[in-house]
Amino acid sequence: MKSAVVQLPGLNRDRDMIAALTKISGKAPVTIWQTETEIPDVDLIVIPGGFSYGDYLRCGAIAARMPVMQAIKAKAEKGVKVLGVCNGFQILLEAGMLPGALMRNASLRFVCKEIKLEVANAETEFTRAYAKGQIIRCPVAHHDGNYFADAETLKSIEGNGQVVFRYADGTNPNGSINDIAGVMNARGNVLGMMPHPENLIESAHGGNDGRGIFASALDVIAA
Amino acid sequence: MIKARVTVTLKNGVLDPQGKAIEGALGSLGFSGIGGVRQGKVFDLELAETDKAKAEETLKAVCEKLLANTVIENYSIALS
Repeated sequence: MKSAVVQLPGLNRDRDMIAALTKISGKAPVTIWQTETEIPDVDLIVIPGGFSYGDYLRCGAIAARMPVMQAIKAKAEKGVKVLGVCNGFQILLEAGMLPGALMRNASLRFVCKEIKLEVANAETEFTRAYAKGQIIRCPVAHHDGNYFADAETLKSIEGNGQVVFRYADGTNPNGSINDIAGVMNARGNVLGMMPHPENLIESAHGGNDGRGIFASALDVIAA
Repeated sequence: MIKARVTVTLKNGVLDPQGKAIEGALGSLGFSGIGGVRQGKVFDLELAETDKAKAEETLKAVCEKLLANTVIENYSIALS
């Protein structure tokens, strides 16, 4: 399976993401610059974390309106998998590719620590390597990760199994409604999540709990 | 040229932790009896346009497409 990583001014987790994808799939991902309107033929497009455009206006707001996002949207409509992590999640929400919004953390503080995640839906293209209800470790590092959706949207995403990850064991670091840490679109090929699974994929990281997301999406789940 | 001011505020029912923190700070400064603090954003814009109706139409699109995230925010437009 082939993958791509999006690069925009201010995104700074692209190198971690490239390293994770390379180590897990055995193939380096192609990189896509913000002005590109033609995206190569890949199975997975990843928008990494960071502070695109300095988080001006709202996190992800400017990036979501760059030409490359139109091209990514078109790819997603054709069924290509798209994963947004942290600022990547904010960008997917601002681009209207996922439901809801991310707001300032309830504590008003930037949080950088390890939390627990519950795999709320293990029947997705991104979580097949896990079991439903499995609790995994994962790092978070963000200032605006407080997920919000109106009552109607919340009911619909909860009912459709679009809530893929929840903060578990009282580790919700940001006040997200229903402890939501990751959501996907109705079709199931676009996932956004605040935690950073790319930073927990090998023993040098102190664990590999995050590996399953990439192994699932890249179809390289170890037997 | 038309000058405009756009005000973007959080919708009712959307929690505003920054507003709460400002309210708390007001209390600690000794301003008693102030509640319900909500914060937002103000944008001043200049349009190379003379027709107010057209300017308003443009500004509405500007708000919907960029200045406000209508999932959580409302906007209002004032022309001067």
